[in-house]
Amino acid sequence: MKIQRIPVPRTLSVLACGLAVLVVSGCEKPPMETVQRGYRGVGQEQIVNPRLLADRLAANVVPAAQPPAAPVPILAGQTYPELKVLGGLTLTEFNRQMAAISKWVAPPEQGCAYCHNLENMASYEKYTKTVALSMLRMTQDTNAQWKDHVGDTGVTCWTCHRGKAVPTYVWTSEPFDDQPGGMVPTGQNRASALVAYSSLPRDPLTAFLDRTDNAISVISPYALPTGEPGRKGTKHAEWTYGLMMHLSDALGVNCTHCHNSRAFYSWEPTRVKAWYAIRHVRKINRDHIWPLTAVLPAYRKGPLGDPQRVACSTCHQGVYKPLFGAPMLKDYPALAGPIAAPAAAVPAAVAPPAPAAPQMVPPLPPPLESIPPPPLLPPPGAAGTGGGEPKLTEAGNEAGAVL
Amino acid sequence: MPEYQNIFTAVQVRSPAYPGVPLGAGERDRLGKPGFSYWLGKIGDAQIGPIYLGVTGVFSLIFGFIAIEIIGLNMWASVDWDPIQFVRQLFWLALEPPAPQYGLSIPPLAEGGWWLMAGFFLTTSIILWWVRTYRRAIALGTGTHLAWAFAAAIWLYLVLGLIRPVLMGSWSEAVPFGIFPHLDWTAAFSIRYGNLFYNPFHMLSIVFLYGAALLFAMHGATILAVSRYGGDREIDQVVDRGTAAERAALFWRWTMGFNATMESIHRWAYWFAVLTVITGGIGILLTGTVVDNWFLWGQKHGLVPVYPVEGVAAPDPATLPGGM
Repeated sequence: MKIQRIPVPRTLSVLACGLAVLVVSGCEKPPMETVQRGYRGVGQEQIVNPRLLADRLAANVVPAAQPPAAPVPILAGQTYPELKVLGGLTLTEFNRQMAAISKWVAPPEQGCAYCHNLENMASYEKYTKTVALSMLRMTQDTNAQWKDHVGDTGVTCWTCHRGKAVPTYVWTSEPFDDQPGGMVPTGQNRASALVAYSSLPRDPLTAFLDRTDNAISVISPYALPTGEPGRKGTKHAEWTYGLMMHLSDALGVNCTHCHNSRAFYSWEPTRVKAWYAIRHVRKINRDHIWPLTAVLPAYRKGPLGDPQRVACSTCHQGVYKPLFGAPMLKDYPALAGPIAAPAAAVPAAVAPPAPAAPQMVPPLPPPLESIPPPPLLPPPGAAGTGGGEPKLTEAGNEAGAVL
Repeated sequence: MPEYQNIFTAVQVRSPAYPGVPLGAGERDRLGKPGFSYWLGKIGDAQIGPIYLGVTGVFSLIFGFIAIEIIGLNMWASVDWDPIQFVRQLFWLALEPPAPQYGLSIPPLAEGGWWLMAGFFLTTSIILWWVRTYRRAIALGTGTHLAWAFAAAIWLYLVLGLIRPVLMGSWSEAVPFGIFPHLDWTAAFSIRYGNLFYNPFHMLSIVFLYGAALLFAMHGATILAVSRYGGDREIDQVVDRGTAAERAALFWRWTMGFNATMESIHRWAYWFAVLTVITGGIGILLTGTVVDNWFLWGQKHGLVPVYPVEGVAAPDPATLPGGM
């Protein structure tokens, strides 16, 4: 019989310390600040790291307002009868608004020329002008009709664009063609930043922000099964969960910002706001972005030929209120809502033959329940067909990857 | 005494290799020539082998291998047979059960058929292994406690992957095979059915799980603490005074007035561990089949307070006029 005594190696404790350091190095340094957001005791709270907040504040600065326009009795529509959206502004306010948009959106080296042919400002030969028109209408609709979402703070071009021609966070549908013939893709189980590196379905945006008929609410409002048809199962819950990961990431908040996490099904005031927000984003994409498909060049589209679209992160950019709720809209009345055309009706002959924004309805994938991979978008017929290699010129246009 | 504070076995006892107790007539012999491993001796017995595999053991391994193979190859196929992506994404990859519209029918292989097949082979493998643990216990002349404890775990496994999906009428309600996917499934499952924390059987399962861990720590610490008096011999000291066994008992009687005995502490441990999965299985079985929203069920039965809604009353906006 052999008996051995083994002393504790001193290096073991050093090793343990090293391991502990390695484990906590991925954590944020405490203490955190907690803001209560719901009824006491239900854990509805927002956790903020004050050390990271400074950086975020710095990244969400609003540019100084343009100096106010001198009041003049002339309307822009009288001088430029071809104006479609802003004709009802005074001439000076119109010029002020154009100058602001140029600062907010256009690359500085191009300025007005980014959208306009400087020889003929009324021309729609640059696709960017058609897009800008649609975006102006979108902004006005947003501020006038979606106060349930944007309140009186409202949005301006800057809310999303931040000085870039295309906002940093835009998305296109995932092709899901990266699996060999025999395998039917499930749309999930791949590391993806969009769903916070979980294995959840990684394109919930197409499923829920393009489509309007996929239910997002999955939890039963009844204690016991009711036998109602159309009941949602666990797999459907995973799709919703994926979308919620995007919301959480886009707004820089925990689940408890909107939910009483004991009862996710219950409607809290912030959750109601998010409900309107989701409908708002769907409307933006359907009414103002999908119709641009035919005018957008291939490099502004995804691999399936679909336009780069809006998600929560497009405006929020990691902050629960875009720009921390800076009231920017109040300085730009032109964006607050649709403006009545000037009394002097625009003579029809003067109106340029603007390329009619093609009223294209997104070709929808089949509903979530009927397929494992929901968001398959056939490329839209015309221009972008088979536009397989999107040329990404703007930083952050790697759509899906960035979001 | 610092030698008791390390996690390794401080003393390795080496005797000539021992084949084990003689087996009854008609039993096959154990296979293999025993050897010794110094490093395994640090965490257990240094002797390796001989082993008895038997018919059930061999078939269990074969079926288990087939199941793992199906799961692994499906995962690999899902990254287009790219070996680098297979390794990088391994924790994310999965073999998913069929989609909801297939119900309990048998779908094409690529749409969940492989999942059914992997489940069949894995279940067969596990059941065969259970038969083996039962029969080995009988052959050794011991009780079959271990086999029944294993059966309790198999109960939870079968509820998750077979019994509940059948009762729900859809394979899609089952758990995917995959590391992160099954964890994400768990989170989605809990949220979908109104928060599993309000499921009383889930509560019991947690009590037994944490309780089992606590008991294990208490017992392990007690025995290690008295091992200098031969406490690791446990039962054979019970009848004598002044032994490690009595000191261990006295420690707990002094500190909390009551103590388990050397025998009963193992019943405590056994039942806590076994009830963890038995109650867990019942909790899963009731979810979706009998109860659809555990939070509301809890409110209905006085388990959860009904919180007042502060400020704005918030109805489901979809029910409001103009709601979409």
